[in-house]
Amino acid sequence: MAHELPYIAAIGEAIHLEMERDESVLYFGQNMATTENEPFVDAFGKDRVRVTPISETAEIGIAIGAALSGFRPVVELYMAEFMLVAMDQVLNEAPRFRGMSGGQVTVPIVLKAGYGFTAGWAGQHTGTINALFMGVPGLKVVVPSTAADAKGLMATAIRDDNPVVYLHNYLLTLEHGEVPDGEYLVPFGEAAIRREGGDVTIVATGWCVDRALNAAEELAKEGIQAEVIDPRTLAPLDTKTILESVEKTGRLVLVDQSTRHASAATVIAGEVAEHGFSSLKAPIIQVTALDATVPYSQPLEAFVMPDESKVVAAVRQVLGLAPVTA
Amino acid sequence: MSANGGVTPLDRDRLVWIYTQMLRIREFEERVKRTFLEHPGVIRGHTHLADGAEASIVGSIATLGPDDQFLTTYRCHGYPIARGTDPKAMMAEIYGRKDGLCKGLGGSMHLTDVSNGFLGTSGIVAAGIPHAAGAAWAAQIRKQGQVVLCFFGDGASKQGAFAETLNIASLWKLPIVFVMENNGYNVHTRTEQEDANRAAGEELSVKAKAFSMPGVTIDGRDPVAVYETVGAAVARARAGDGPTLVESQMYRLSAHGNIIAPPGVPLHFPEHEAVEKFGAPEEYEAAKQGDPVPAFRGRLVADGALTAQQADEIGEKVRDEMQAAVTFGLESPFPDTSEALAYTEA
Repeated sequence: MAHELPYIAAIGEAIHLEMERDESVLYFGQNMATTENEPFVDAFGKDRVRVTPISETAEIGIAIGAALSGFRPVVELYMAEFMLVAMDQVLNEAPRFRGMSGGQVTVPIVLKAGYGFTAGWAGQHTGTINALFMGVPGLKVVVPSTAADAKGLMATAIRDDNPVVYLHNYLLTLEHGEVPDGEYLVPFGEAAIRREGGDVTIVATGWCVDRALNAAEELAKEGIQAEVIDPRTLAPLDTKTILESVEKTGRLVLVDQSTRHASAATVIAGEVAEHGFSSLKAPIIQVTALDATVPYSQPLEAFVMPDESKVVAAVRQVLGLAPVTA
Repeated sequence: MSANGGVTPLDRDRLVWIYTQMLRIREFEERVKRTFLEHPGVIRGHTHLADGAEASIVGSIATLGPDDQFLTTYRCHGYPIARGTDPKAMMAEIYGRKDGLCKGLGGSMHLTDVSNGFLGTSGIVAAGIPHAAGAAWAAQIRKQGQVVLCFFGDGASKQGAFAETLNIASLWKLPIVFVMENNGYNVHTRTEQEDANRAAGEELSVKAKAFSMPGVTIDGRDPVAVYETVGAAVARARAGDGPTLVESQMYRLSAHGNIIAPPGVPLHFPEHEAVEKFGAPEEYEAAKQGDPVPAFRGRLVADGALTAQQADEIGEKVRDEMQAAVTFGLESPFPDTSEALAYTEA
């Protein structure tokens, strides 16, 4: 059985269910739980649901400490960029404690943050900094693209014994989707094949998944069948599914809302170049955001972002159907 | 619990215990320091010693009940010794060996002993302060009367993590005591060069005022004063009345750490910054005169709690114990390389 929910509500449903199931789950952050009648406060009380000041270092650090002491905190951070003021806690505290202690402790925290809000939020609130978290051993990175995955990946994140950066795309906030009822878990490290096809593999995450699917529909009109893969988690990364698809299609286009050298696309390109080189019939093409601070003005913002037409052009190019354009 | 702000008075046995722990810490640190000369290459990276801080460490740890917890800084050897962690496992850890407290993966700066309430150690200045507050929040939710001690240095009090955490801890009335060990230096910089309160002639505990919590400054070279002050703060925290900032003043008797050098250059402990950098040997000599370990021995002997002979016997036992720790550490094998990847993920 399933029900329809907006993406953002599906995340909330997962947190609510996990808090019901496990008393050790805590939920806190800025500008939440400020009144008694908010649903989470009403259901779980102010011991477990709290508002904090604007203090990301303390918020994340406190989550780590509560986790060291047996709890499973979910920190509401709102925007991924807000983690930048607390990067020590995110990159150099939470993922380090288990290793440094020789396995004595675990740090089961979830850092919930939105990203990629290219809707006029200009230079500092639009970033897709997902890949920044990918290269830190011990840190898991989750990037749901559907309401169902938003729920299932959050539940898995809360139950995971490692720190998890849970990144929801702000442009998907009100996108509705069918969400399974009750307990629903999506495993980490298992990509979803969103569309099957034999001519080209397109890998995309978050908001870019729908851009890739729209492009695939467009291409299908020309008889080009694209396979669209959504890794769903960047760490762990399901390179196996991607390599199997590339083995079948011989061609790879990567779509990423990040700027090129800060993108997950570049990491995936490296893996395929190393492990799937003999399958490739053409160079890999990356469709990423252009290297710029995201501009405020709408046409300029759209110009730097990946979109359907850029994906279509890249697929034509990788198939040798269009002249190479720099 | 008793009168005197809820602090149990120290009887003769407890005073002797405090002296013994102070001596154990001093001897352990001396052995670590000597390892650099006697066994070059055995200790790698950066090591920080607690000599000079023994009275503050033991006086603070002595206030804890069996279920209480603590977190510290990278200058972390002293606390677990006082709390009952096996010095053999600690020395093996500092030597990077298989039988180390953290299986050789953490080294000197990241000691952890969960079984004794020591939840972990960040090597980044002030980063552990919110971790301790998080453990205190956990204790508050559990409602079993646990208290968390949070140790950090004067340098950490200029970090955002300090300000952010003290605000939340006070706001939430967390069961935590912030013990700021002021040893006069942040690495190689004197406190008055980097602290506005100190430069203005004020004590660093005035920082507590900004967070509406009690702040008190004490002589951290007197273990009884530390015990009484931290003990009262622990009792207050346990009663649900919130945190306290204790500035414990002391003097670090070794340099900040061993020299920082690339591989191949033998490591050693340089002279203290007062001597090596500021050309103030008289400052250092005066600090040595106030060394808390012989001072407390003298006090116990003068008060009749110990005879000189009993104190010597304690010293002999402690020397044997720490020699055994060195031997154990040196004889412990290196961990298997498979261990390098064993604890990345839970």
